[in-house]
Amino acid sequence: MNSFEPKIIGFLCNWCSYAGADLAGVSRFQYSPNIRVIRVMCSTRISPNLVLEVFKSGADGVIVGGCHIGDCHYMTGNYYTDKRMKLTKELVELAGIEPERLALEWISASEGEKFARVVTEFVDRIRHLGPIPTKNDQKLMKRLEAAAEASKLFRLRLLSGKELRLTGKGNVYGEMIEAEKMDEILDSAVNDEYDRSLILELTKNNALSVKELASEIGKSAEATLGHVATLRARNLLSICSIDGFTPRYKAIRLGGA
Amino acid sequence: MKEDIRIGVFVCHCGTNIGGFVDVPSVVEYSRTLPGVIYATGNLYTCAEDGLASIRDAIKEHHLNRVIVASCTPRTHAPLFQGVCEEAGLNKYLFTFVNIREHCSWVHMKEGPKATEKAKDLVRMGVARAQLLEPKEEARIDVEPKALVIGGGISGMVAATSIANHGFPVYLVEKEADFGGFVRNLNNLYLGGKDATEMLKPIVDQVTSNKNIIKCLKSKVAGVDGFIGNYQVALDVDGKEVKDKVGVIVLATGADEYVPEGLFGYDLYENVVTLTEFEILCKRKTLPKISSIAFIQCVGSRGHVKSYCSRICCNVAIKNALNIAENYQNILGKDERGAVVEKVGVDMKAPEEIAERRRRRRGRRDREGGEEEAEAPAPSEGIEIAIFNRDIMSYGLEHELNYNKAREKHVRFVRYSPANPPKVYTENGKLVVDYWHDTLKLQRKMNVDMIVLSTPLVSPPSAPGISKLLKVPLGQDGFFLEAHVKLRPVDFATDGIFVCGTAKGPADITECVFQAQAAASRAAIPLARGYVQAEALTAIVDADICTGCGTCIEVCPYGALRKNMDGVAEVIVAACKGCGCCGATCPEGAIDLSHYTDSQLLAEAKAALQEAIQ
Repeated sequence: MNSFEPKIIGFLCNWCSYAGADLAGVSRFQYSPNIRVIRVMCSTRISPNLVLEVFKSGADGVIVGGCHIGDCHYMTGNYYTDKRMKLTKELVELAGIEPERLALEWISASEGEKFARVVTEFVDRIRHLGPIPTKNDQKLMKRLEAAAEASKLFRLRLLSGKELRLTGKGNVYGEMIEAEKMDEILDSAVNDEYDRSLILELTKNNALSVKELASEIGKSAEATLGHVATLRARNLLSICSIDGFTPRYKAIRLGGA
Repeated sequence: MKEDIRIGVFVCHCGTNIGGFVDVPSVVEYSRTLPGVIYATGNLYTCAEDGLASIRDAIKEHHLNRVIVASCTPRTHAPLFQGVCEEAGLNKYLFTFVNIREHCSWVHMKEGPKATEKAKDLVRMGVARAQLLEPKEEARIDVEPKALVIGGGISGMVAATSIANHGFPVYLVEKEADFGGFVRNLNNLYLGGKDATEMLKPIVDQVTSNKNIIKCLKSKVAGVDGFIGNYQVALDVDGKEVKDKVGVIVLATGADEYVPEGLFGYDLYENVVTLTEFEILCKRKTLPKISSIAFIQCVGSRGHVKSYCSRICCNVAIKNALNIAENYQNILGKDERGAVVEKVGVDMKAPEEIAERRRRRRGRRDREGGEEEAEAPAPSEGIEIAIFNRDIMSYGLEHELNYNKAREKHVRFVRYSPANPPKVYTENGKLVVDYWHDTLKLQRKMNVDMIVLSTPLVSPPSAPGISKLLKVPLGQDGFFLEAHVKLRPVDFATDGIFVCGTAKGPADITECVFQAQAAASRAAIPLARGYVQAEALTAIVDADICTGCGTCIEVCPYGALRKNMDGVAEVIVAACKGCGCCGATCPEGAIDLSHYTDSQLLAEAKAALQEAIQ
């Protein structure tokens, strides 16, 4: 396994983590050369979809670096990063990838030593995990694609964007939602939307029955039927053919064909 | 028509800083093989004049429309190279920085070949990014040469006068009927001991006589909308609405004194007062005759109720102790019966039943204690003064001298631990401070006539409303939060709004004046220049995709998004800071961030992952 050199992408915010990485350089703290840093203005800019796309492109690990909570250059940016990365981790895990491959780290401009340590430890961890399994596994790739699609959905993005407000200030009616309750809501939304995206992914080229879909996504037929009904209501899935009494479904491609 | 991409890559040796660890010639050679790269070269020092000249010349000679410099960090050197590009007629947003020193040669010093590979990867990422860059124009925004100062206390008055003296009209908004704020309560000031009214008067006079200051008493800010240079403000001036446009806003709303309800017998005994109430007593010359007095420090601060140290109370207590020891006759009231002052903070006044209880007790004592008042006003030597403290923070040049002076005058400094604070109760109609003497290891009692509680300055109840109105943040203690505690202490993160004085935390008058003058000079910059240049790093809304859900407006920390006439989101370019939060949040994916678009970031990532790491 020693010959495996992981490819790590690091998204660092300009004001803290990137500056921390600069300080590591100035102080000559040595670390593993496996990371490729992409500078962004704020970690809040990193959407779940971007991370999943990077995994799809073959990254073995992704580090997102931001300012410590409360120190964000843009005041509240990293609170959202925190929420978004939690959501992303769930999706990564659902896609069958070890969630440890995504790390969210708060590194300040003065923590050059921490940056070097975080990178070295992260690279070691990924080296231990081995190459990302999607590379040679079409099935896993499909799941990752489903997760990436799910991360683009209105419902998940809306929920993750509103989470802070709903748990902090309440909705327009002034009703507050407790953090745990909110986690539950998000959790079930993530699971549902991921399953639905996976169904769409699986039925892209093949017409499948509910039973087949259920075994593919590893859920009960009843739950799967629920998803199928929702997707049909959203006009994303249609009955392609009926096999005896068993309808087979296929994803509707947008733009015809 | 698709533009022909012509990239120039300049790889810096940085002496041996990069060249000593990374094989620069091979990186240059590799760069030439990358798509769109027309020209690549190595420089000994790209940032030296000959290096800069080589960029300038190459842009002209090879008609480059993208420039990549692979050297140190954009955090220090990007403006230099961007400037050179602009000199050569290339838009500065077409410049890409690749960091192969801080992020490569310096941190992989022992891994030569790997460092070179990484440098190549980083250049490839830069090339991928450069392909997708677009020229940007920075918007120039005119600034309305007027200011609004909120709060007519010492900070607000100083700030307003200072801006007005630059020649700009200033609205000075004060909620009370007079200027002066909190200082009006005070008797005399530490450092110099000058009378507070005397100190205040010239400052108020400067305000009232200044033609550039539009004085708004009994006024409130009703609405604020807009961004730097163009704030539409609505003021409620004594019931009348005034609307105008101002370029900048200075916030100086001050602080209140914490009312120690339920602490140290404050609501039970009338002779237990707060520092400010004590100041009011002294100022009105209504201090009751006392033979002993105790100051209790850190009441409600430093982890007690509030987490912070209120910074001023140690020195105020020392000053008051010295006042009693040296200047007793001057603050003594003629009415020898006892102290009753209106408590500060009208909203937080003791409930009626407590007031009633006080009245009853006063009546009773009047009846009982008729004969005792035989003595003439005692000379101050007879007065026992104790300051119960956790630690005395008499910082700086002069306070320590005052502290020593107080000790010379036999003011007792008694330490207590937060775990075992003194207790206050009455015994035979006299106030008692019951405390643990840590040196003697004894529980002791001190009979006192009056107790002064040093409570912290707290953020006033109006702060959250103002915070919402101006869209500026409050810190965890409820005070306004500056953009950066060290580097931008009077700026808000929002451009064009500044903060000074106790609105931002406990401060004494000297510090308030510092801050006010600092805020005024910061605020005068855009006013004097007449325009501001907005960075072209802003969110971009795709109006065709936007459904107008408003989530972006909620998450934007700068109020830089609004709904336009068509009901879709619109970016206020002048206010947008380009953090990208809205973009990552937008449920429809309708928002992207210019210069850091999703496709640019993804292109970089894909370029990095394109080849295996050796």
